[in-house]
Amino acid sequence: MTSRIGVVTFPGSLDDRDAARAIRAAGGDPIALWHGDADLPDVAAVILPGGFSYGDYLRCGAIARFAPIMEQIIARANDGMPVLGICNGFQILCESHLLPGALTRNDHLHFICRDQRLRIESTNTSWTSDFTAGQEIVIPLKNGEGGYIADDATLDILESEGRVVATYVGPNPNGSRRAIAGITNARGNVVGIMPHPEHAIEALTGPTTDGLPFFTSVLTSLLASR
Amino acid sequence: MSETRVVVEVMLKPEILDPQGRAVKGAFARLGFEGVADIRQGKRFELTIEGDLTADRIVALETLAGTLLCNPVIEDYRIVSVEGAA
Repeated sequence: MTSRIGVVTFPGSLDDRDAARAIRAAGGDPIALWHGDADLPDVAAVILPGGFSYGDYLRCGAIARFAPIMEQIIARANDGMPVLGICNGFQILCESHLLPGALTRNDHLHFICRDQRLRIESTNTSWTSDFTAGQEIVIPLKNGEGGYIADDATLDILESEGRVVATYVGPNPNGSRRAIAGITNARGNVVGIMPHPEHAIEALTGPTTDGLPFFTSVLTSLLASR
Repeated sequence: MSETRVVVEVMLKPEILDPQGRAVKGAFARLGFEGVADIRQGKRFELTIEGDLTADRIVALETLAGTLLCNPVIEDYRIVSVEGAA
């Protein structure tokens, strides 16, 4: 049970298979979840993968947030189940109000696709405990609407409570406020990150293997909490 | 059956940067139209609703406008017209 991690496929999801592969590489059991199912099977954690759910119609993640499977995921996340949202998944978590703020169009308007250096700011989450605080990693970044915004009061709270999970190192790639690449909720079980750790889990296909600790971290934290 | 037409407009909040509007403004200048101080780009939803809009349905519509049609973190919505209502 503790190694069963669900990956939701929405219409337009792209990175669900890579997310499942990353779970397997970390030693977990990926469980495919379908957006239209109202029942959440026996999983210990859930990943909302990258892509363009529902074609990014209306707003990124806005329609996925109301998918049948999301009702139980939101309820379980509020009860402490680890949930990781990557890219489009991060957008869905913000639209679901599991995380504060919103993702908006990159300030330079261009889609961006490159290997991005990040600094891990918080290891106090279910998904980053296997990193060391301040560690710099390089994983792919690919998005058109990755600019993280929130009002100054919210940004101050995120920073003062150690809820900024990762920041961009070097030039800000998309206009994110305070160079924020990823955040967590107050409990540390829900994490949203714009770059893609699931694309950096082995030397053959990724620029690094720096993404793997996201997936080993959740397995470690699930074992610890059993 | 009677129909009610409702128009909902969604705009980014004034304090939120609108890079698309800024790009459109840049095109105005390139095309020789001077003096545009600002352009903000928004969305317009035209709803055709069967029957009359009862008070209950207006409340439900407001809820959906404030959750589905707009993200209240970054956007405001405005119901700009209701035609054919009882």
